[in-house]
Amino acid sequence: MGMTITQKILADHTGKKYVEPGELILADVDMVLGNDITAPVAIKEFYKSGCKKVFDRKKIALVPDHFAPNKDIKSAQQCKTVRDFAREQGIENYFEVGKMGIEHALLPEKGMVVPGDLVIGADSHTCTYGALGAFSTGVGSSDMAAAMMMGKIWFKVPETIKFIFNGKLNPWVTGKDLILYTIGQIGVDGALYKAMEFSGEAITSLSMDERFSITNMAVEAGAKSGIIAPDQKTIKYVEERSNKPYNIYESDDDAEYSEIFEFDCSQIEPQVALPHLPENTVGISSIDHILIDQVVIGSCTNGRIEDMRAAAKILKNQKVHPYVRLIIIPATQEVYLQCIKEGIIEIFIEAGAVVSTPTCGPCLGGYMGILAEGEKALATTNRNFVGRMGHPKSEVYLSNPAVAAASAVMGRIASPEEVIKNAV
Amino acid sequence: MKLKGKALKYGDNIDTDVIIPGKYTKTLNMKELADHVMEDLDPDFKNKLQNGDFLVAGHNFGCGSSREQAPLALKHAGVSCIIAESFARIFYRNAINIGLPLIECKIDEIKNGDILEYVVGSSKLHNLTTQKIIEVKPLPQIMTSILKEGGLVNYLKKYGCYKL
Repeated sequence: MGMTITQKILADHTGKKYVEPGELILADVDMVLGNDITAPVAIKEFYKSGCKKVFDRKKIALVPDHFAPNKDIKSAQQCKTVRDFAREQGIENYFEVGKMGIEHALLPEKGMVVPGDLVIGADSHTCTYGALGAFSTGVGSSDMAAAMMMGKIWFKVPETIKFIFNGKLNPWVTGKDLILYTIGQIGVDGALYKAMEFSGEAITSLSMDERFSITNMAVEAGAKSGIIAPDQKTIKYVEERSNKPYNIYESDDDAEYSEIFEFDCSQIEPQVALPHLPENTVGISSIDHILIDQVVIGSCTNGRIEDMRAAAKILKNQKVHPYVRLIIIPATQEVYLQCIKEGIIEIFIEAGAVVSTPTCGPCLGGYMGILAEGEKALATTNRNFVGRMGHPKSEVYLSNPAVAAASAVMGRIASPEEVIKNAV
Repeated sequence: MKLKGKALKYGDNIDTDVIIPGKYTKTLNMKELADHVMEDLDPDFKNKLQNGDFLVAGHNFGCGSSREQAPLALKHAGVSCIIAESFARIFYRNAINIGLPLIECKIDEIKNGDILEYVVGSSKLHNLTTQKIIEVKPLPQIMTSILKEGGLVNYLKKYGCYKL
């Protein structure tokens, strides 16, 4: 029996020729990630175990991004715990404010994850790196602590569900829309414990930035990981950023899948997830006059340069609706700087948006855009759970950046076409 | 270890944001986490919960964030065990890693307020109110061992590495 790309990566990190779904394995990790929410708990457990030194100071990444720059005294203490640990242990990949970006945009950008890697991170969206052809998955703080001690973690080898996206994308449809559509089809536990493998003509046509948006949200369908086989775009992206050796794996023709879904992209329009689950997706054309108070463009899902360009294309020579607060957060310093070079920040500010330093901030109701009771926000983030962005009686809708920007202009959830048409 | 308590029953897809909202996660103070547990879902949860109670839910319990603060908040608030039709995988690992027992089983035979009894590691859950016995899905051996030691750090202190 052949293996999927996921089985192959796990087998190679276990020193085996073959692993099968359901098998328990002890795997070597290439990178262990933590942030300012999860790492302090992991550091406490690390010391409690009696361990003195991390297994490899080059294979740990610490990124204070959720409440940094420090929101308040408590978050300052959390960030200090991470900083002190990084200095004491000589952690090479510690990212201080000024170099820091949202972790899942930052690690690929810095070339810290390459195809064939096995990455665990104490953040659920660690599954993002599957877009590079790596196996990556979210864990909690205890597993992070144990991996920092030993460089190993145990797993159950997941079954894989294959998703094939046929045809060409309709205008304004992005990787974000494909993953929202998929979650709408299979539900928030439709891929529970499994790996999601994305393939097909439409996936091949996507840029790396859009592929990251897809694998980023695999966890919103309950998946352990999401993965896309590397191609020339992947190799170009990696070689521009990394000196690390990489391994290209592909699924065998006779690999076993627990399910296979085929989607016809000509039937998919820009998607919006209604409150309070990412599975509540509808096409933009069926949205009927939903007024909004806030729009957030950014996050580990959609804070990359192409997301900024997509928003700028809509916002150029436009004004944010007077009843809407538009908050734009480039995910990393590199994305921010590139926005400045391309004149994108100027477009945003002239339109009436605020632009923030990189942070997860509002996505998890942390800071920088908290919602009041009864308020509605459209966000390019990944979760719209009850209270996610603030008051438990506020509402979050999810979309791609162009839809979010158009909605900020119109004051209601709107298609980019409405703004572009009005501009002509 | 024998657990006994009443059932507090909720629905499907209870996410980690309602278990402990993001705004409270920037602390290592367990009492503070426990004080806010489940408040966005049920503001009265803390009053209903007595030490040792079972939290019962439907499918996909603990979906969302990987924050270990979620099972920690439940444990420190006094929840002795979580019963659900299914669990989100990161929450599942996290709960075991902090020594909070989980049970995966059908929940139709459990009503809010029923008194339940469970011996950790056993394949049967007793509903003392209805006198029914409910079959539970067994844990992998490694997870039973981690639970037995009270969590992952204690387990690793004892065994030095994972024993699969």
